[in-house]
Amino acid sequence: MRYLRALLLAIMALASLPALAVQPDEMLADPVLEARARALSAELRCLVCQNQSIDASDSQFARDIRIVLRERLTAGDTDSEALDFLVARYGQYILLKPEFNATTALLWIAPPLLLVGGGVLAFVVIRRRSLRNGEPDALTPEEQRRLDKVLRESGTGGA
Amino acid sequence: MIAELGHYALVLAIAVAIVQSIVPFWGARTGDSRLMAIARPAAVTQFLLVGIAFAALTQAYIVSDFSLLNVYENSHTAKPMLFKISGVWGNHEGSMLLWVLILTLFGSLVAVFGRNLPEKLRALVLSVQGWIGVSFIGFILFTSNPFVRLSPAPIEGRDLNPVLQDIGLAIHPPLLYLGYVGCSIAFAFAVAALIDGKIEAAWARWVRPWTLVSWLFLTLGIAMGSYWAYYELGWGGWWFWDPVENSSFMPWLAATALLHSAIVMEKRDALKVWTVLLAILTFSLSLLGTFLVRSGVLTSVHTFAADPGRGLWILTILILFIGGALVLFTGRAGALSKGGLFAPISREGSLVLNNLFLTAACATVLIGTLYPLVVEAVAGQTISVGAPFFNATFGPLMVPLLLAVPFGPMLAWKRGDIYAASQRLMVAFGLAILGVIIVAISAGFDAFLAAFGVGLAIWLIVGALTELAFRAQLFRVGLGTSLRRLAGLPRSAFGMALGHLGLGVTVLGIVVSSTWSTETIRDVRPGDTVTVSGRDVTFDGFSREETGNYNATIVHFTISRDGEFLRTTTGEKRGYTTRMVPTTEASINWFGATHLYISPGDVKEGGIVLDPGVYSDQSVLTLYVYWKPLVALIWLGTVIMAFGGVLSLSDRRLRVGAPKTARRQIVQPAE
Repeated sequence: MRYLRALLLAIMALASLPALAVQPDEMLADPVLEARARALSAELRCLVCQNQSIDASDSQFARDIRIVLRERLTAGDTDSEALDFLVARYGQYILLKPEFNATTALLWIAPPLLLVGGGVLAFVVIRRRSLRNGEPDALTPEEQRRLDKVLRESGTGGA
Repeated sequence: MIAELGHYALVLAIAVAIVQSIVPFWGARTGDSRLMAIARPAAVTQFLLVGIAFAALTQAYIVSDFSLLNVYENSHTAKPMLFKISGVWGNHEGSMLLWVLILTLFGSLVAVFGRNLPEKLRALVLSVQGWIGVSFIGFILFTSNPFVRLSPAPIEGRDLNPVLQDIGLAIHPPLLYLGYVGCSIAFAFAVAALIDGKIEAAWARWVRPWTLVSWLFLTLGIAMGSYWAYYELGWGGWWFWDPVENSSFMPWLAATALLHSAIVMEKRDALKVWTVLLAILTFSLSLLGTFLVRSGVLTSVHTFAADPGRGLWILTILILFIGGALVLFTGRAGALSKGGLFAPISREGSLVLNNLFLTAACATVLIGTLYPLVVEAVAGQTISVGAPFFNATFGPLMVPLLLAVPFGPMLAWKRGDIYAASQRLMVAFGLAILGVIIVAISAGFDAFLAAFGVGLAIWLIVGALTELAFRAQLFRVGLGTSLRRLAGLPRSAFGMALGHLGLGVTVLGIVVSSTWSTETIRDVRPGDTVTVSGRDVTFDGFSREETGNYNATIVHFTISRDGEFLRTTTGEKRGYTTRMVPTTEASINWFGATHLYISPGDVKEGGIVLDPGVYSDQSVLTLYVYWKPLVALIWLGTVIMAFGGVLSLSDRRLRVGAPKTARRQIVQPAE
């Protein structure tokens, strides 16, 4: 249901205005430039929407940004120049894929770190345990206690 | 009156749940069988009482009793009966009631079918189920009561949100809930085992069917939600990495890992500690999902109705259950840690690898989902973590996992032979490489990643079939013998093969549709033709439809190829009268597993957007036409996976309680 109500809100946002995002009148005549604009659009957040890219949103804001983006590309900006221009204006929030910096370092590093850390841990544990393969199983704490007790008793008895 | 009965039944249900939480638990601690015996009738009674409450609310929806605030806010007399009923769970209060209904259903199923469980374990499991029941019935009664009356009763309701008036969304929540809440059983078993302080291989055998059921429904629920988004949102996107989607995807990843680690535990009595932890984590992620979505803490597209009172309540449940279970785990896990030994290269080792990658992927989704919240709370900065981040991190984590999948079933338990396994997989490997080469040559070097993806999919599909062929000794003995061997295989063997094969089919659909989709966006007038991938879509014109529920502009198309007529089709722009919300009904045309997806955009006249149902000879339609090759395989694959789950579930081993350890060891020698 959460998911549902979820989706439904998604739609409310989508449906409350016209239908679909990119309008024919915005599109650039140059197919290469337009393809770049579409690709970049998918990485930019519609700031007035919730978790939608400007490529998927039909809000006026998204439309404005799509047009600004295409103007920058037409003016000869590289992809990163165009993104920098928008970040300078709207902040990091507009990037759906955050830049790597002090704030986001953990976000980017955590997945590989977890994988490598978990992998090393699993390998060490299995290795250590599998080295004992063929040997009798280790004693349970209870058995160990009893063994200790017997040894202690026999020790005192012997002395 | 009926509503009051429902309300009262819910109050009685919480009373029964309290008894179920305490009495059997006390009995298990003191070894008193009479007290433990309370658990089973209590669980069944709790289910019946919640059932009465749910039936009462459903009845109020069916007769449109607008004296109930909940019905008034979410229903309407002009709505078709199906959507009146699905409206019961199309809102916060009703959906929570459905959640609890399913929780108590599972509890009563454990009570009824759990005859072969040890008395103490059963009492503890049902007692833990009781705790969950108390928390969530309390949540409903104190913060989200669907039985609140409204006086004077309005004549007409405010209607269910139009986007929810769809068959897909009518069955999506129950499916997903069956999955989410099913995880609570594995959780209850894990906590019960920790309290009891002992765990054995049979534990995994008892837990696995429940995990399988919940995994099955999660798979179908997520796939259905995804397909719904695909056809309803009108532009063919099917996964958005939205926090709400992530909330259902994380339990799925964890449940998938649990399903695999439970096999190791069942067969080899190994990975016990990890499996118990995973059972706790899986349900914790379900609870976390509930919290994230219900509390409105996420500013996701998807979240509405931010209500801090509710959020606080769920957060408390979250902390108590997850925190409590983890503390218990930390204290007791040491006592459990003993099990079968195995070499790194072995079936067990491959399943550890599976768990490692699935857990890392799950953690990645979790971190990506929560990171913006944490950064905002701690550093006061707002950042976005959206689809491009997840594609960049989740994708690379999946590739090695998918590469490893076909090896797993080829390795023997305890100590496997990677060279022998590789030899058996030569055919799959050869076909995959052939696929890569063909795609790379025909699509160009630019499509190298896609070529690799296609190869990966072939590797998975053929790899899954190879496993079956090997076990049937195909081409080694006569065909008849092979078929007999195949028929003699346990159903779970087919279940596994189909699970892995379905995964490959889904991967193929994702790779091909996302690489080679094409689109055309144009303003058209009647008579205009748009061509996409060789198919001509001619716009034939508008018509109008008025039902009591909505007004619509219907747009008609003819699809042809090289002048040859293929079919006609329609799309719609609907405006629902009560809520004035427009929706798009796209036209999806199947060519095998490929879709020609025609989506009507705005109907305009002189630059002004017209309302649904309004048009003239001068109107222009903004038309979006997409060609999505093999896109249907994405969902077909998930259905195959789910079918594999059903087969495994029907395996005799799971229905019969008696443990049979490591039978496969004998059936399938290492060679």
